[in-house]
Amino acid sequence: MKNRGWLFLIPALAILSISAFIPLMTVINYSLHYIFAGSSPTFVGFDNYIEVLRDPAFQGALIRQLFFSMGILAVEVPLGICIALSMPRRGPAVALCLVLLGIPLLIPFNVVGIIARVLTQSSVGLIPEFLALFNYDFNVSKYPVDAFATIFLLDVWHWTPLVALLCYAGLQAIPDAFYQAARIDGASSWKMFRYVTLPKLRSVLIIGVLLRFMDSFKIYAEPLLLTGGGPGDATTFLSLHVARKAESYQLGYAGASSFIYLFIVIVFSYIFFQLMTNIGKGENQ
Amino acid sequence: MARIELESISHSYDSLSKPEDEREYAVSGLDISWADGSANALLGPSGCGKTTILNIISGLLYPTAGRVRVNGNDVTGLAPRERKIAQVFQFPVVYDSMNVFDNLAFPLRNQKTPEKTVKTKVEETAEILGLADRLKSRTTGLNAADKQKISLGRSIVREDTAAVLLDEPLTVIDPKFKGELRRKLREVQNRLKKTMIYVTHDQHEALTFADNVTIVKDGRLIQKGSPEELHAQPATPFIGYFIGSPGMNLLDCSLDDGRLQFADFALPIGQDMQKKMASYGKDFKFGIRPEFLDVAAEEKNRAVEFTVAVIEDTGAYKVLTCDRRNSRIKARVSESISIREGDRVWLSFPEDKVNLFYNEQRII
Repeated sequence: MKNRGWLFLIPALAILSISAFIPLMTVINYSLHYIFAGSSPTFVGFDNYIEVLRDPAFQGALIRQLFFSMGILAVEVPLGICIALSMPRRGPAVALCLVLLGIPLLIPFNVVGIIARVLTQSSVGLIPEFLALFNYDFNVSKYPVDAFATIFLLDVWHWTPLVALLCYAGLQAIPDAFYQAARIDGASSWKMFRYVTLPKLRSVLIIGVLLRFMDSFKIYAEPLLLTGGGPGDATTFLSLHVARKAESYQLGYAGASSFIYLFIVIVFSYIFFQLMTNIGKGENQ
Repeated sequence: MARIELESISHSYDSLSKPEDEREYAVSGLDISWADGSANALLGPSGCGKTTILNIISGLLYPTAGRVRVNGNDVTGLAPRERKIAQVFQFPVVYDSMNVFDNLAFPLRNQKTPEKTVKTKVEETAEILGLADRLKSRTTGLNAADKQKISLGRSIVREDTAAVLLDEPLTVIDPKFKGELRRKLREVQNRLKKTMIYVTHDQHEALTFADNVTIVKDGRLIQKGSPEELHAQPATPFIGYFIGSPGMNLLDCSLDDGRLQFADFALPIGQDMQKKMASYGKDFKFGIRPEFLDVAAEEKNRAVEFTVAVIEDTGAYKVLTCDRRNSRIKARVSESISIREGDRVWLSFPEDKVNLFYNEQRII
């Protein structure tokens, strides 16, 4: 070996191989075999992949998942920016705002799911009781729209603060001179936002969008705890679908769908990253 | 283009009302006027209130007291854009999502200028700044000096710009490009004859840019004049020391029996000077610039003996730090003079180059 520096990578590689490479290889191995409890695995090539892609349940989960994640981005990112813009820049109120925003982030996923279940439970939950006042029959275990909306709003409540905090940090880093210059150049408030704030927030927004996309694409605990993916399959997102297959010992199917799942996350993340890095960066050149 | 006047401007950051305590004010009682089309500098040490003054002129700050006038019209209550005063900041401000052309066009487009006029004006401005070949490039790859040129460009692209304020525009520029940008600023001023006010703590930048330098210290105006005036007749010992490199030698002295008595030597002085000094009092500050000292290697009539403690050789001239028991004086001599540390020298003080201060004010 020419460079002995590589030796120092061994501990990291060892940990990474246990945590990532080996599981990933196992999944790929599963995905190429037909495995069912008890029987010995048979190599089937890409049959599992074809089965997954043709499976209406997988297609449904994927479409639901994309719809959910895009909706999350469309709501959480603008909302996060708005919250960050309306937060005080200095003074004692800053600490209060940061704590308030931080609270949802500190609550674990499964606790959030349980809170949601308690709040939405028919006959005892606060939300159905409240909505009954307006003659709205709210029932997450009965109506798909109610369940989907609950999961959606739950995620917005849980994770918009992350986007807001990222943007707030980004805003603090913009020197005043930029706003002063824009004022002197006669820019309207919209133009200041469009040409000063937004471009300067680009890097934190890239991180925010990627994090929120990947995390929302992996949503699992909340729908599982709220309705177990129901009613019907209204909140059966990709992760739930894959997990169900694995739990029913269809390891080949689960392996193939996991791999497709990973591939989709990577492709979308790459697209977002490219779009956001290059958008509006000097037209000709 | 315009004449800019400040009328008894005071500003305090501490409170919304008017504080009683003088120390609460960042600037106080300023009366300054800058002539139409002039190149000016506002010079002062860090924290003296320069940026406050600039922000009051541009309208980014509303002064606690006093009025700002442009061509005689009171603009104190107007927003920056309504005053038509442009500003170039210490850190180059460019809009990174736009290319060079769009950056320069930004102020014009904000005024809803027809696109045809925008194109002509931007091309004209780019030509003046030497950016004509880079109009279509991204701003992200440009160096700080070029970015600063774009900032300047945005301030001069509008025809109605009354004045351009430059807030330490060279601070973050690479030394390599500093000179070029400084000449460019001067050239733009000469060509466009816009009123410009250059704020800096660097006397060299101020003196080379401006025809007219205003010196501020602790939020107060202490002298306004041409670079020559400030150099030859500083109003206070502070300016004497602040302007010039190295600064003016300042020594405490008293008038005693027709002679100036210093800590450990005395100088005879002429009748006129004696008379003038006597009318003020007894204790004075004596100032002489290092370049006006007469340095001799041998004993000389009316010269005082010193020992050379340190020689700083700049290549163009030498600065000698000369010590005596209780006095220290710096002298600037030509490169050709051969002298070594530890040598004895005799310094004489040409009377016509001497400045005398009484109570921190120049009297001679």
